[in-house]
Amino acid sequence: MISFPRIALAFALAGLAVVGVARADGSGDPAAVSSQDGKYLDKNGIPTFKVFPDGKVDWYTYAGFLRYSANCLSCHGPDGLGSTYAPSLVDALKTLNYGDFLGTVAGGKKNVSVSQDLVMPALGTNKNVMCYIDAIYVYLRARSDGAVGRGRPENQAPKPEAFSKAEDECMG
Amino acid sequence: MKISPSKVLLLAGVMLSAMSMSSARADDATARSQPMGANWVSPTGGYSNQRYSTLDQITAANAGKLQVAWTFSTGVLRGHEGSPLVIDNVMYLVTPFPNNVFALDLNNNGKILWKYMPKQDPNVIPVMCCDTVNRGVAYSDGKIFLHQADTTLVALDAKTGKVDWSVKTDDPAKGATGTGAPMVIGDKVYVGVSGGEFGVRGWLAAYSTKDGKQVWRAYSMGPDSDILVDPEKTTDLGKPIGKDSSLKSWQGDQWKIGGGDTWGWMSYDPKLNLMYYGSGNPSTWNPTQRPGDNKYSMTIWARDPDTGMAKWVYQMTPHDQWDYDGVNEMILSDQDIDGATVPTLVHFDRNGFGYTLNRDTGALLVAQKYDPVVNWATKINMDKSSKDYGRPEVVAQYAPGSKGTDVNYTNICPAALGTKDEQPAAYSPDTKLFYVPTNHVCMDYEPFRVSYTAGQPYVGATLSMYPPKGQTNMGNFIAWDATKGKIVWSIPEQFSVWSGALATKGGVVFYGTLEGYLKAVDAKTGKELYSFKTPSGIIGNVMTYEHDGKQYVAVLSGVGGWAGIGLAAGLTDPHAGLGAVGGYAALSQYTNLGGQLTVFALPQS
Repeated sequence: MISFPRIALAFALAGLAVVGVARADGSGDPAAVSSQDGKYLDKNGIPTFKVFPDGKVDWYTYAGFLRYSANCLSCHGPDGLGSTYAPSLVDALKTLNYGDFLGTVAGGKKNVSVSQDLVMPALGTNKNVMCYIDAIYVYLRARSDGAVGRGRPENQAPKPEAFSKAEDECMG
Repeated sequence: MKISPSKVLLLAGVMLSAMSMSSARADDATARSQPMGANWVSPTGGYSNQRYSTLDQITAANAGKLQVAWTFSTGVLRGHEGSPLVIDNVMYLVTPFPNNVFALDLNNNGKILWKYMPKQDPNVIPVMCCDTVNRGVAYSDGKIFLHQADTTLVALDAKTGKVDWSVKTDDPAKGATGTGAPMVIGDKVYVGVSGGEFGVRGWLAAYSTKDGKQVWRAYSMGPDSDILVDPEKTTDLGKPIGKDSSLKSWQGDQWKIGGGDTWGWMSYDPKLNLMYYGSGNPSTWNPTQRPGDNKYSMTIWARDPDTGMAKWVYQMTPHDQWDYDGVNEMILSDQDIDGATVPTLVHFDRNGFGYTLNRDTGALLVAQKYDPVVNWATKINMDKSSKDYGRPEVVAQYAPGSKGTDVNYTNICPAALGTKDEQPAAYSPDTKLFYVPTNHVCMDYEPFRVSYTAGQPYVGATLSMYPPKGQTNMGNFIAWDATKGKIVWSIPEQFSVWSGALATKGGVVFYGTLEGYLKAVDAKTGKELYSFKTPSGIIGNVMTYEHDGKQYVAVLSGVGGWAGIGLAAGLTDPHAGLGAVGGYAALSQYTNLGGQLTVFALPQS
């Protein structure tokens, strides 16, 4: 669930340069260094994925697959790989950071010119998206980093109670 | 003043030539009631929706010699559904958003006579679920009719392109958009609405061709007065539907955002004076949020075009759990069934069943799978004495929601995009076969709870798609016998066949592939006669016309639509297990965005 301090942190950290890491996406090194109520965070406090040695994924990655498919697949295609007109998010997150991701989802995007009519809606008031936005980010981050393959994750960590609670409060 | 005999003769001569000029071309209504010929007068290839032409210059013997005759760039990318019209040597076509309309002079090498370029708010684009398509303009009595993405219904002067009148039919802020092709009967133009993924309650409306005033509007669900039914006279498989039949099949107020949108094709029988169309999926995709049969989503409607009153209805997929919209074309033809000639309606539904009904009475004659892999139902109950007469016998393990939400239902065939989507089939009265472009894709489907906000997607399910087990082709082009409900021949295609088909007296059937191939096949055997790769994947409908004594075949290329969303990156089999190598072909490896009309003809002899 989004909180104002988290968004502010994300924007503040978005400007940090990424230095000397073997693996990095738009938000930097995705390695999970801490967790809180089943949600994993990287060293900068940005939500990230966790894949366990047996291939199991954390709950947020799994929930992100479901919520991505429900809300984003209809333009961006299955598994974040893009359609004939909407870009691949697997590609996009290689350079797009968490703050800009949140901004684009909430505020929408318009590329309208003589040669194209590409419009992404502003989803900031869409509870079906925003109540799960961290999960969607975590899933796409995992896909972008090649940590999670195509299709429904086969095995996932159990649903944390804190997630259920936040979901109920947010969805109303 | 006295009129001199020479003046009388002159006057008579003028009148005579005027009369012969107008009777040289059948009047518009007659032209739409007959098979297509030199002209292609309506988006559906005539009221019958047969998409059949009497032109026979191109035959099975010479189709191999076809060549590209001319081309036209539409100037727009994104999915090009629909087809152009040709009337009296002028071609009319409309592009995807922003829905530019062109009138091309065939007497002058396709010179642009006029263009209509509406200014629409691009914010309508995000509420178009399945690409920014438009399925075509209609023509009648010197006017061109277009239903724009922003739900503006506009009448243009066919000679000049000037706006004659313009009305708004619904509200994109609530998720309603226009994508379907209008139909004209008499002095009325008919349109439906898109928005089933946004909770838009579907409707079909009649507007005056003269001034755009709404004459009637019939919703797909709600009180009897909203849906224009008569509890005693409107029948469902022969039985009166009774009072409040729609309301009784919904819980609470869910019907108000109930979907049942009407974005597909319409047909019309001038003798019976009945118009036919189908309604789409109920809203949301999560079936547990809308208990009940959800009438009248997924329904074939037969209505009186003058009043809108429904004569009969038939709901194909009660309480939809798969997004199998019922909007596909209703093809009208006379068929010999059990020794009698029956006026039939044949419909290839998303749900994988090919239905044959008596279009006068609404009686159900045949309902068979037109792809053997269809598994969500074993069959349609054909026992007239059963309380489940006409209902599908649903297989619980393939019925999402049957075990509640947050459960993944696997291996359901067909996938939500159906055994066939809006891409229309064709019928040849010569072979008595239907030519059907099909999808051959299955899915895993998981429903879950969603909340409704006007103008935002209201979907509530996730899905993974893949070809049926053990197969690699994602489509077939088939020939179908509607009296028996049997596949006569089947051409496998790598990708779903997403174009509209065309049948001709010359014994040639045409269709287009998602890689962009325009193909001609023998109507009797399916043998390939000709193939040409156009600049982009084809989701348009092949049509034919005659100019200066020469037959032409034309199709729009421009990949997109739902095919462009679901197939661009390729499919993978989630059940292949760890270590499975790769997936199935990605459409993006075969074609790119485009926007072109390609016109074919035989070489100059």
